[in-house]
Amino acid sequence: MKGARKAHATRATAVVGHPVRRKDGLDKVTGAARYIDDLVLPGLLYGTTIRSTISRGEIASVHLDFDTTGFTIVSARDIPGKNVVSLIEADQPSLADGRVEHVGEAILLLAHADKERLLDVRVSIDYRPAAPVVEPELSPTTFKEITIAKGDLGRGFAEADLVVEGEYRTGHQEHLYIETNGVLAVPGDGGITVHGSLQCPYYVHRALCELLSLPERKVRVIQTETGGGFGGKEDYPSVLAGHAALLALKSGRPVKMVYDRAEDMLATTKRHPAIVRHRTGVTRDGHLTAIDIEVLLDGGAYVTLSPVVLSRGLLHATGPYRCDHVRVHGRVVKTNTPPNGAFRGFGAPQTQFAAEVHMDRIGEQLGLDPIQVRERNALRPGDTMATGQRIEANGGALRVLREAARRTRFRQRRRALRGTDRGLGVALFFHGAGFTGSGEVKLRSKATLELTRRGVRVGVTATEIGQGARTVLAQIVATALGIPYEHVEMPPADTSLAPDSGPTVASRTTMIVGRLLELAARDLKRRLRGRTPAESWRAHGPISVTKEYTPPPGLTWDEEQYVGDAYGTWAWACDVAEVELDRDTGIVRPLRITSVADIGRVIHPVMARGQMEGGTAQAVGYALTEEVVMRDGRMANAQLTNYLIPTTADTPEIDVVFVERPYRNGAFGAKGVGELPMDGGAPAIVNALRSLGADVRAVPATPERVLDALSKG
Amino acid sequence: MKRGMSRRRFMTSVGAGVTTAAAVAAAPRVARGSPVAEAGRRVDLVLQVNGSRRRIAVEPRTTLIEAIRDGLGLTGTKPGCERGECGACTVLIDGRPRYACMMLALEAEGAEVTTVEGLMRGEALGAVQQAFVEHDAFQCGYCTSGQVMAVEGLLRQHADPSLEQIRQGLAGNLCRCGAYAHIFAAAKKAATLKGTGR
Ligand code: FES
Ligand code: FES
Repeated sequence: MKGARKAHATRATAVVGHPVRRKDGLDKVTGAARYIDDLVLPGLLYGTTIRSTISRGEIASVHLDFDTTGFTIVSARDIPGKNVVSLIEADQPSLADGRVEHVGEAILLLAHADKERLLDVRVSIDYRPAAPVVEPELSPTTFKEITIAKGDLGRGFAEADLVVEGEYRTGHQEHLYIETNGVLAVPGDGGITVHGSLQCPYYVHRALCELLSLPERKVRVIQTETGGGFGGKEDYPSVLAGHAALLALKSGRPVKMVYDRAEDMLATTKRHPAIVRHRTGVTRDGHLTAIDIEVLLDGGAYVTLSPVVLSRGLLHATGPYRCDHVRVHGRVVKTNTPPNGAFRGFGAPQTQFAAEVHMDRIGEQLGLDPIQVRERNALRPGDTMATGQRIEANGGALRVLREAARRTRFRQRRRALRGTDRGLGVALFFHGAGFTGSGEVKLRSKATLELTRRGVRVGVTATEIGQGARTVLAQIVATALGIPYEHVEMPPADTSLAPDSGPTVASRTTMIVGRLLELAARDLKRRLRGRTPAESWRAHGPISVTKEYTPPPGLTWDEEQYVGDAYGTWAWACDVAEVELDRDTGIVRPLRITSVADIGRVIHPVMARGQMEGGTAQAVGYALTEEVVMRDGRMANAQLTNYLIPTTADTPEIDVVFVERPYRNGAFGAKGVGELPMDGGAPAIVNALRSLGADVRAVPATPERVLDALSKG
Repeated sequence: MKRGMSRRRFMTSVGAGVTTAAAVAAAPRVARGSPVAEAGRRVDLVLQVNGSRRRIAVEPRTTLIEAIRDGLGLTGTKPGCERGECGACTVLIDGRPRYACMMLALEAEGAEVTTVEGLMRGEALGAVQQAFVEHDAFQCGYCTSGQVMAVEGLLRQHADPSLEQIRQGLAGNLCRCGAYAHIFAAAKKAATLKGTGR
């Protein structure tokens, strides 16, 4: 018996750090996994949305030009609670009430039992249009403004031998999860249950309580298998869930709403476009003396998550470099375009694109190669960042930079490529893991473990969105508890069964929720007193342990001054990209990207690599082909044939290397990984183009932009 | 080969399933948007799906993906765009990969239709499915049944495909999670499992 238990323990402790099978693997390869559109219920109605076709104005009148028999129709007047999509500000109505602020804004909802009938719906709307604001630089409305300051900028510039300036631009980016947004709302018991493809069950829960004026216990949100999120199912599902719930409550029947591709692209959130200006003081030998950065983000028509996107963008704006005199100032403003929201990286890809292209330009002006100029300035242990956060003894950017340079033989390779149509570029970057500032303290995430007949059941609302949360969290629990991975049950995220473990965003799930589970498992293990879960269950029945987040000792954050520990820890990475340029067409072909990353302890090497590869592929699209064409506030290319995401043929070989420097407050030493790779691909590719003489300062680097840059070069 | 052009080129030329599909592309959509569509008129149809004969009543404008999912309840086949742009709905028609959203159900009459559910060998996974699990060839899983079917179709044409053949064969199956490298490895492995590759 004793021996058997020991064997168990060894098998189990081998789980963290090993590529166990995904919990959801079998269902996904057999087609058995149930996504939202796979669910049907008796009496089901299908919902659709009538949207604004103009970008700003008043609604004069609405006419229904079709036979409305059998339709359920909902307008702003039918909303029982507050007509808002509750998030940071209460500025976004669930349904337009008298005026619209962007193309695609929802005005009317319709539902019918026959899907086909929805295609015959004809609604005409008369507007009194107003002049829209589409250029962020011309916007009179600032949603949020933030300044980060350190040292004395005047002194820093006085110490400089040279001042380098530049302006960099990034465009919108569409998430393009292959499963579009969708929910199913089921009325009953004086309340509502919503099933959906979503990242943050409790965000939706809160939004529904406000919109429907229901008490918390009358609202239940359950995540279905989710076909990709990337931030696109962080804030938007609160809008869609509200719509389906309104139709369901009015009709008294279950209502399913699943967007078609064009609608999803037209109406849902995108990555914030950015304009970033740098002014940098530098000594002749390449040391940064002053950094002055100005950031402008286009927020779209409503606030959504813009203030926090701006915050993260600014906190990453300097790149991973040391400098005593820093000022980073930014604003996010309103335009009459669909609201922008969360997208993997959350402001950091925009500002680090600027920082990294700028860093190459500084090197060029000083005659330093890209590695040298970065080596001089890379953050090292003990250095302080712009907010005063001190770099941990095992942190900093130098290690990944040197490893990437070594592995790719950067200098030799660059020399060898000289005079060819191939270029090599580097980007050094970092990503703060978890919520910004005091965010985690405010979230107070919880996680529960319940003993079962043969193991444990995990109670969290962290969602599996492809990143492997289900698997990784189970690995953590199995290892901490010393039981087989197979004996850890991972039920779907359900607000009626599990506590709020915070949203599944900000690369926080493994590090923060995983850590809570690790602590809960250690607690439970103590309470088992050497028994297996099965023995304990037989003797004492159920036990459950809940852990709530408490900040690691020593972390401080001043929200007013933007001083302190902006994140619990940072992940570090360095990308090297090799590209081939066709000088006649301007077409860039990425050949190979090497990504060296410190994400702390790696819990599942294969899936962690998958995160790096997938994020890098999205960054390749961001860098080269993914261009949202906005015409008068409307996405003019809302289809996959002219909004181009990387295919098998466009995705380069991606070589991922992990430098494991454990983070003491993360689960088994883990930091976050999800967003990190999104930050580096675009600047690495654009810097590779620089080495070929194309001075590109905006992404996507479309053939037109590249040819333009070449002709000026 | 010029990259960055792959999508456009794919749409016009690549992929056994897509060349003819282009001709029928407009059919369901025109019917859908048109008030004169023969809504409501149903015709009986026998489909040969995963080895069994299934009788279903469809409207002439019903696409194959609608018939498979809504009519037969085989929800493993996924809609991602319903206009032939993503590959999530890939099934095999007489062993060749086709976009089920780009075919009318009526067109599939008389053909052997294979969906992801049809790859199982009883309780056991098919070779391609097995290889996908082993190589973690997916993340969110939404494109996966389409990828699995595309690989299955590829292997039926090329028993031991080269990396370039795999790349080409899957160029019409988008994966936003970016699991491509793992999918390539799975395709190679599946060839071995089937005993057709090295
Ligand atoms: S759903 Fe058929 S190709 Fe996208
Ligand atoms: S696994 Fe998510 S789209 Fe391919």
